[in-house]
Amino acid sequence: MKGKTHAEEAAAFIKDDARTHWHDETLWHVRSNRDRSAQGIPEWETLRDTASATKDYVLSHLGELLEQFESNAKANGVEVLWAKDAVEHNQHVYRILQENKVSNIVKSKSILTEECGLNHYLEKKGYDVVDTDLGERIIQFAKQTPSHIVLPAIHLKKQDIGEIFHNHIGTKEGASDPNYLTEAARQHLRKKFVEANAAITGVNFGIAETGGFVVCTNEGNADMGTHLADVHIACMGIEKLIPRAADLGVFLRLLARSATGQSITNYSSHFHRPAEGKKMYIILVDNGRTDQLGREDFKNSLKCIRCGACMNTCPIYRRSGGHSYNYTVPGPIGSILSPGRDLKKYSTLPFASTLCGSCSDVCPVKINIHEQLYKWRQVIAEHTNMDRSKQLSMKVAGMTFGKPVLYDLAGKVARTALKYTPHSLVYSSINVWGKHRDLPEVPEESFKEWYKKNRKQ
Amino acid sequence: MSSKEAILGAIKKNKPAATPLPDLLKFPDETNLIERYEKGLTGNGGKLQVVDSLEELEAFVRENYASDQLIASLVDEVNGNVDVSKISDPHDLEHVELAILKGELGVSENGAIWMPEKNVVHRVLPFIAQHLIIVIREETLLTNMHDAYEKVNVADGGYGVFIAGPSKTADIEQSLVIGAHGPRSLTVFLLKK
Ligand code: SF4
Repeated sequence: MKGKTHAEEAAAFIKDDARTHWHDETLWHVRSNRDRSAQGIPEWETLRDTASATKDYVLSHLGELLEQFESNAKANGVEVLWAKDAVEHNQHVYRILQENKVSNIVKSKSILTEECGLNHYLEKKGYDVVDTDLGERIIQFAKQTPSHIVLPAIHLKKQDIGEIFHNHIGTKEGASDPNYLTEAARQHLRKKFVEANAAITGVNFGIAETGGFVVCTNEGNADMGTHLADVHIACMGIEKLIPRAADLGVFLRLLARSATGQSITNYSSHFHRPAEGKKMYIILVDNGRTDQLGREDFKNSLKCIRCGACMNTCPIYRRSGGHSYNYTVPGPIGSILSPGRDLKKYSTLPFASTLCGSCSDVCPVKINIHEQLYKWRQVIAEHTNMDRSKQLSMKVAGMTFGKPVLYDLAGKVARTALKYTPHSLVYSSINVWGKHRDLPEVPEESFKEWYKKNRKQ
Repeated sequence: MSSKEAILGAIKKNKPAATPLPDLLKFPDETNLIERYEKGLTGNGGKLQVVDSLEELEAFVRENYASDQLIASLVDEVNGNVDVSKISDPHDLEHVELAILKGELGVSENGAIWMPEKNVVHRVLPFIAQHLIIVIREETLLTNMHDAYEKVNVADGGYGVFIAGPSKTADIEQSLVIGAHGPRSLTVFLLKK
């Protein structure tokens, strides 16, 4: 059965015009912060090149590094478990909770546990899992999923959050001041931290050389949880490894700057051994990653450090909202990860892009995101019955881009045609992209024509 | 076949051709480290006090905190009223108003301070306290994170953290709020040479 297309899912979001604009502007602001921050580092491009090359090394030595990581972690007194898929991951967590007679669980943000549907699984087993990242707690109350990997509640306005908190933790009706709401959440969550006997976290970086791992937060919620509870379960995708501790110098300089523009997260915690009398577990999860490793054109997507920069910059993501992707990781990177999981279900995601390349430009590990999106389109075109009108225009576009003379001519024709194209034609149902878009301003001459004229002077 | 074998087997089958591990990066040292450090720290919501002696820290604490508030100090020059070494259950730190800690080194590009387990005694202390003061010495200031990882052995002790500011969030409409779960303030006392 075919699910809803990205365009259909996005339709609901863009119905509210003001909200769409607000969402767009908010994320663009985050992207601008990233630019300012990156421009403050003269060696920025060297950092990106090094991060990318380091991850290439990781992917091409993944087996050895995982074994090295496991044996070092074990020597540190950490129990290491392997999970080939989401089901096994969840079973491991459940068994650990049972064995340790855990009743109260706090969790700090982990995209991997989202991917595995852990909360839902544990709730069915009778556990109450408390997400402690403020954004995650908000959407947990609202019974939603994160719409962004770094800013989980970015789609909600403070009035929405005020209402959610009023209903769940009894804040004053109509109150929407972020300071007031955060204070209320602080009091509510502090209680949960003190009561918890197990803490679940994700992993930002696993260090093969030492068997330790790093968790980055601004709120300190991962630390409040893990240091008070007796059991710490760290859930880690196998691609999260780095070879040496010193490689963190590169990745920590890139991560927060790419994510929000801040120089580093306020807490970068390095876990190596459980505190005395406590227990620490690491679950190494595959869940489709080794398949992706074998896809020559798409393996680079495994270098992702989940900074979210590609989402903040994507003109489609900013205007369609994270939920329209219907996948744990939305936006450009999600659109190249998801078809590998289920080509049919996610077949429209690689089309949710203008192929402007902005995602690849901001990616701190230099993933060729827009090229992979284009590659997926080709794979999907071969495998599925594409919407006929889109297929036709893609073919024409393919032909045109391939032949410079035709491209020039097409440009000329288009510039004239756009001028005289009746509105009704562009906004007809034949043209999917015409929906909710204004016609571009038509330049009198193409760049090439302009260049020819001006170069001679 | 165990899941470990299955995963390692799949990796062996699918992994790309070997590429080399890049050399570690090293950039020239910067000057004006204190100025840069202050910029890094304040950018993350922290405050800097440059002092000539820790008597100034003592005066600051006496001025800003009442005698009946719980203060846990791990800095010799300042007396607290909570003896952290006598506490066995970290939950007992729940009502600590102020923790005063010594940092190993400061990173000027971002304000971060390396805080190993031995400097906090209880891992939760720098997070559970309502306010946090960290003392660092000027001569420990470094230019960037590469230099920091050259100095620090992260596997030494069971835990260590780079602290770069107070607990903060921007999850409600991107408005910055200081004091999410952990400290509502971070003041760094930088002791001049
Ligand atoms: S693909 Fe790149 S830009 Fe996007 S989240 Fe991953 S690391 Fe960040």
